[in-house]
Amino acid sequence: MRLLAREAVRSFRRTPVLSALSVAAIAFSLFTTGLYGLVSLNFRQALEGLAERVEVVAFLLRGTPAESITLAAQDVAAFPEVLSVDFVSEDAALERARNELVEFREAYEELQVNPLPASLEISLKPEFRSAENARAVADRLAGFPFVDDVRYGREWVERLDHLRSLARAVQLIIGLAFAVVAIAIIGVTIRISVFQRAKEIAIMRLVGATNGFIRGPFVLEGGLKGVVGGVVALIFCRVAYGVFRASLGEQLPDLRFFETGDMMLIVLFGTLIGLFGSLVSVGRHLRQV
Amino acid sequence: MIKFADVSKVYGNGARALQHVSFHLQRGQFAFLTGHSGAGKSTVLSLVSAHERPSSGDVRVAGLHIGHLKSRDIPRLRRRLGVVFQDFRLLEYRTAEENVAFALEVTGARPNVIPGKTMRVLTKVGLASKARAYPGEMSGGEQQRVAIARALVNDPPILLADEPTGNLDERAARSIFQLLRDINAGGTSVLMATHNLELVRSTGYRNLELKQGELVFDSAEETSAA
Repeated sequence: MRLLAREAVRSFRRTPVLSALSVAAIAFSLFTTGLYGLVSLNFRQALEGLAERVEVVAFLLRGTPAESITLAAQDVAAFPEVLSVDFVSEDAALERARNELVEFREAYEELQVNPLPASLEISLKPEFRSAENARAVADRLAGFPFVDDVRYGREWVERLDHLRSLARAVQLIIGLAFAVVAIAIIGVTIRISVFQRAKEIAIMRLVGATNGFIRGPFVLEGGLKGVVGGVVALIFCRVAYGVFRASLGEQLPDLRFFETGDMMLIVLFGTLIGLFGSLVSVGRHLRQV
Repeated sequence: MIKFADVSKVYGNGARALQHVSFHLQRGQFAFLTGHSGAGKSTVLSLVSAHERPSSGDVRVAGLHIGHLKSRDIPRLRRRLGVVFQDFRLLEYRTAEENVAFALEVTGARPNVIPGKTMRVLTKVGLASKARAYPGEMSGGEQQRVAIARALVNDPPILLADEPTGNLDERAARSIFQLLRDINAGGTSVLMATHNLELVRSTGYRNLELKQGELVFDSAEETSAA
């Protein structure tokens, strides 16, 4: 193992330009993939923000006794999809209408009787914020005898659903394309370093080194380049994010960077590509010579 | 040690490199392989080191049948062979000592035996004082000595030399040849391909002469026939 590490380090030191180039190629491929990841992360987050507004409202019949409403609210809160239930009384509804619908304020001021019904406003847990779940909850709410009408903005929720699945598919495809390009670029740089050391490999074979032994330093070197490339890519991503945030942060206050887990995944991805890329390149070379 | 029995080699492009070649190099023997370029000398050496496989016939080296050798057994064969080339094939970024030690390291020798074995073999080839020199700092003859030291460091019973003096001036060539004779005197079988007929004639060693892939002359057979 010490020999493997020494050989890998020696190779870094012996061909600093080539090593730096291949680390740069790995870093750049991971950087573009990472940038794409950041964009898609924030886009998804924005969509989730929209989804938070998915809400089911049950309008109650006038004169429903408070105890029935309280019991029903407890019942509804126990639905598996439900995050919280808010009771909005008739008065509170009027008050809200006065504040929110400023242009009708005068009309509301002159009212003798409050026309607005009381309601239960139900917000759903994040994983249930889809048209299907909203409809299921709405159907169950409609079963309560004192519920007059249930609304959940069906069309809007359905459109949001559609947008989310479209976004997921597009992100997956483009993400895969980025990953494939990164793997291809990294594979080529590793092949170059294998060719560059063809003489060394030939001598190793000549004196009777096993293929496993020949692969060792290359695989270790590939892995090391992957780690370094991954870390450099993350630093570039952080800088790009910082610059973007500084110029556009006011318009987009909810922008966020990768979490620790995401960052570890990027480095792990680089390392794995480095390891497998080397394994494949050296293996192919050994079969050819 | 090395036995060719009716060996032919046809390459993928149809070129016939060897045709019905038979000879037997015994333990401790020294033999020259001679012939013009393209006569098949390098093919014989490639078959011995399992870089090529025979198309027909049987090649046996140190008890192993090259035709049936599994890929994973090739390293085992090569550890019983030392190989030296005309162009030395040293790693320029390693010192003489490191080039020799490399052959031990990559064959899994224990680290504590490597420095001792390396220095012993460098002393044997007369290069102990140049252990720390890089190939670029050495003469052709010295570089070939390093290559020979590398070939010998695993104590192989057979040494293959492909035109080892081809790139050297006469004096260096003679001293390298003397070194190979000394190695042979120590019990190592040596098979040396060469163009240098003067060298061949000046010694009484066995000569295997190839012409267009055929063994046209074997001095051992001539001697026994006489």
